[in-house]
Amino acid sequence: MSEKIGVYVCHCGTNIAGTVDVEQVAQWAGSRLKERGVIIARDYKFMCSSLGQELIEKDIKELGLTRVVVAACSPHLHELTFRTACAKAGLNPYLCELVSIREQVSWVHTDKEAATTKAQAVVAGGVERVAYNESLEPLKVPIHADTLVVGGGIAGIQAALEIADAGYHVYMVEREPTIGGHMAQFDKTFPTLDCAACILTPKMVQVGSHPNITLSTWSEVENVDGYVGNFTVTVRKKARYVNTDSCTGCGICWEKCPKKVVDEVYEAGFGIRKAIYTPFPQAVPKYPVIDKENCIYFIKGTCKACEKFCPTEPNSINFEQEDEVIEVQVGNIILATGYDLFDAKRIPQYNYKKLDNVFSSLEFERMCNASGPTNGNIVLRDGKTAPKAVGIVHCVGSRDKNYNTYCSSICCMQSLKFAHLVMERTDAEVYNFYIDMRTNFKDYEEFYQRILEEGGHFVRGKVAEVTDAVRFPGEEGKLIVQVEDTLIGKQRRIPVDMVILSAAMEPRHDSKEVGKQFGIACGAAGWYIERHPKLDPVATMTDGIFIAGCVQGPKDIPATVSQGAAAAARILGRIQQGEIALEPIRATVNEEQCSGCRICNDLCPFNAILFHENTMVSEINPALCQGCGTCVAACPAGAISGTGFSNEQILAQIDGLLLLNVGDETIPA
Amino acid sequence: MKKYAYFPGCSLEKMALSYHDSALETTRTLGVELEELEDWNCCGATTYFHLDEILANTLVARNLAIAEKQGLDFVAPCSACYKNAYFTNKYIKEDAELAEHINYALEADHLQLSGDLTVHHLIEVFVDEIGTEEIKNKVSNSLNELRVAPYYGCQIVRPRKNGENVEDPQFFEELLAAMGADAIDFAYKTRCCGGSLLLTNRHAALAMIRLLLQNALDSGAEVIATTCPLCQVNLECYQTQVNEEFGTDYSVPILYFTQLLGLALGTSPKKLGFGKELISATPFLSKHLVKEAK
Repeated sequence: MSEKIGVYVCHCGTNIAGTVDVEQVAQWAGSRLKERGVIIARDYKFMCSSLGQELIEKDIKELGLTRVVVAACSPHLHELTFRTACAKAGLNPYLCELVSIREQVSWVHTDKEAATTKAQAVVAGGVERVAYNESLEPLKVPIHADTLVVGGGIAGIQAALEIADAGYHVYMVEREPTIGGHMAQFDKTFPTLDCAACILTPKMVQVGSHPNITLSTWSEVENVDGYVGNFTVTVRKKARYVNTDSCTGCGICWEKCPKKVVDEVYEAGFGIRKAIYTPFPQAVPKYPVIDKENCIYFIKGTCKACEKFCPTEPNSINFEQEDEVIEVQVGNIILATGYDLFDAKRIPQYNYKKLDNVFSSLEFERMCNASGPTNGNIVLRDGKTAPKAVGIVHCVGSRDKNYNTYCSSICCMQSLKFAHLVMERTDAEVYNFYIDMRTNFKDYEEFYQRILEEGGHFVRGKVAEVTDAVRFPGEEGKLIVQVEDTLIGKQRRIPVDMVILSAAMEPRHDSKEVGKQFGIACGAAGWYIERHPKLDPVATMTDGIFIAGCVQGPKDIPATVSQGAAAAARILGRIQQGEIALEPIRATVNEEQCSGCRICNDLCPFNAILFHENTMVSEINPALCQGCGTCVAACPAGAISGTGFSNEQILAQIDGLLLLNVGDETIPA
Repeated sequence: MKKYAYFPGCSLEKMALSYHDSALETTRTLGVELEELEDWNCCGATTYFHLDEILANTLVARNLAIAEKQGLDFVAPCSACYKNAYFTNKYIKEDAELAEHINYALEADHLQLSGDLTVHHLIEVFVDEIGTEEIKNKVSNSLNELRVAPYYGCQIVRPRKNGENVEDPQFFEELLAAMGADAIDFAYKTRCCGGSLLLTNRHAALAMIRLLLQNALDSGAEVIATTCPLCQVNLECYQTQVNEEFGTDYSVPILYFTQLLGLALGTSPKKLGFGKELISATPFLSKHLVKEAK
C-alpha cells in the first residue's frame, strides 16, 4: 500500500459525539488501519470550521498525504468544503472521500457502543475506497447567454423581465393564446386588495414589447436536447390562423364570429368566448387565435365571417396557416408552468356541477372580476339573484388523505378575500368553513382580523356535504352545508344560497411528462423537486434547468414572484461566468462491450444517453450525465462504468465495511 | 359454472327469506352456483367488534377458513356480514400478530386462514363477476323504466377498494339500468338506515328512516331497492311507526335488488319471495311489467 491516507473524524458538536465515541474511532483508525495506509487519524470538534480545514491542509503539506477521508455529515452538505480544502493544499479534490457518520450513524442510533462500531466500519469502508479514487478534472462548458422561460404566468413574467432587463435575451413559450396565467383571472389580490389586472398587465405589456424578449404564445415545447449552457429546444408554434404581421387586434373578428364556446380555461367554464378569440381585453399579444375544434368553417366548411369582416389590408385571417416548428439555442431554462385547479367534482358529496349554485374558487374569481361574465356582480347561477347567505368551504381537495395531503397554502387567504368581496358587494351573511386558519406571512393575520371585524362567520370543521335534500323546515330551496362545528362540539346544518369551494392547487396534469422532457423529477405529489428544499429552492438536480412558482409547490403571488426573480438571478450569475465547471463524476459506455440493448436509454433520469442507430451502441453525454449510477447498475453487459463509482471502489468499500466482521484477518487487497 | 361459498348469515333464512330465495334463483339463472357454507356461525354483527376485537375477528375467521378449506371465494348477501368478513380477511393479511392469534384459536377446529380468498358482497358477484353487459343480454322482461332508488346502505362501501368512489358509487345504478329500470339520482343512497339504533334510540332511528324515505320520494322513486336485510327491515317494517311518529303518510315498497333482477330475468314472482312484503310493490310493478307482456 503506497498511499498515505489521513482520516479526520468530526464531533459535529454533540451531533455525532453524543452517540459515537469519536475519539475511539480516530484512535482505532490510526492503529487498526495503519497497514491499510492510514498514517494519521484525528478527531476534531467541527471539521468544517476553518480551523478544521486548516488541520487537513497542514497534514497534506507536512505529511505528504495522498488521500483524505473525512468522517462527518452527508456529502450533500460538506463534500465541497473538504474537497476545496484539499485542492487548496495541492491535492486533487476527488482524492478526498467524505463518509457520513451523522445521518447514517449518530442520528439514527441510540446505542453508543454499537454506533461507534458502525462508525468504525464506515470509516474503514472510506479508507479502502479512497485508495482507488482517481484524480479527476472538472469539465468546463461555455454558457449560451440566451434563456428559455416556459410558462407566461407571473413567475415566468418576472423571471423573463429580470433577465431581459439585465441585457440578455429571453425566449418565452406559453401554451395559451396570451400570457398572464392564473393571476390574470383574478379580480383582487390578498391582503392588499390590489386589482390583479392593474398590477399584472403593465408587466405583461413590458414582456410583449421588450426588445430582449421573443414571445411565442399558443406554442409548446416539443423537445429538449443538450445540456447546461447548450440546450437546443424545439418549439411548436400552433397555427393561430391569424396573420400577426397585419392583424391590429381590433376585435371585429371576434365580435362578428357567430360561434359561442364555453371558455374552460380563462373563464374557468363560467363564461363564454367566441371561436376566434383573445381570452381577455388586455391579452398580450393582442392577436386572436381560431379555436379549430369549434370554428364553424373548420367543422362545416363554410362561414368565414371573421375573414369577411377583417378590416386589415392584407386580410389577417388565414385558414391555410400551418403549425410552425422552430428551434432555439439557450444556455438555461426556467420552468414556470404553474398549477391546475383541483376538480371539485372528485368530491361527490359537495355536488359541484350537480347543484347549480356550488362554484369553484376560479369560477368565483371570474364572477368578481369586473370584466368577467357577470361584470363583477355576485349573483347566483341564474345571473340575477343576489345571494342572502354564502358558504365558503376551505381545504377542498387539500389536507385530505383521499385527495391531496398537502396544504395548498393560499386557500385560507383566498377564502378571506372572497368573504370580504361578498360582504362588500352584497348584503349576504358569509360563513367560512375551515379546518385551521393559516394566515402566515406579512399582513395576512391582520387581514383575517379585518374580516372578523367586518362580520364574517367562521365555523371550524370539515364540511361533510353540501346538499339540497331538505330535512328541516326552512331548508327548502337552499343549499345546506352540513358540518361538525368542532368549537361547540355540535353538528350544524347551515342553509345558504351559494357555496364557494376553495379548491386545491394541483400539479399540472401533464407535469410528469413535461418533467421527463426537461429531465427533472416530480415528488410524490407531482410538484417538481428542487435541488435543496431550503438552500436551493429554484434549481433542480439537472444543471441548467430551474423552476419558479407553483411548479415547485403551492404558493401565493409574492412567493411566486420571488422565485421568478431568484431563478433569474441564478441564471444571470451563470451567464456572467461565461462557462461552467461540471462535476467529473459521470458514467461512460465501453463501446466494445455495449450490446445495444438500450435498457439504459429509458432509465436515465437526465436524458443523457444517446443511441447511435448506425453503430448500435449507446453513448453518454458527459455534460448531461449527473453521475447517478443508475445505468451502471442496470447495464446487463457491464459495459458502463462510472468515474468515482467504479466496481473497484465499490467492492473495496464493501470490504472495508466488513473489516470488523472478519476479525483480525487482513482483508485481501 | 363458477361456484362460491355462500354465507347466508342469520337473517336470510327467516326474516329475509325472499332475499335468500331470489339470490339463489337469479344466480342459478345466470350460471353461478352459491354453495352454502358448511357449519357456519354468526358474523359478529354490529356489537361484538366493540366488545372484543380479537374474539370477533376469530369468529369471522372461522367462516372464512371453512371457505378457504373448500377452495371457494366467500359471498355474503348481508352488508354487515360482508363488511366484517372483508375486514377480517384484510387484517389477517396485514397483521401477522393478529393472524397468529386467530390461527392458534382456529387450530382447535382444525382450520386455518391465510386470507388469500376474496370476499364479495352478493351484488359484486352480479356487477363484477357476471357483469352488467352479460345480465343485460339475459334480461327477458325489462323493468321498463320503473323508477328505483338504489339504496346501497352505509356498510357496503366502507371498504374503500381500489380507489372506488365510495361517496357516489355507480355500480348499483348500472345494474338497475341493465334490468331496464330507471335508477333515480338518490342523494342519500349511502346513508345509514339506523342499523340497530331502533333498540336504543327509537326517535333518532325513526328520523333517519324518515329522511331516507322522504329523499327517495323527493327524487321520484317508486320503489327502493336494498342490498341488506337490516336496511330492508328498517325501511319497510318501521314505515308505520315513522308515519305515527311524524304524521307522515309513507307507503314505499322496499325490495331486494335480487327480486327486481329475478323479475327482469323472467323468473316467476313466487320463486322470488314476492307476497311476503308488508307494503306491496304490485301496483308499480304491474304498471311497468304489463307493458312488456303485450
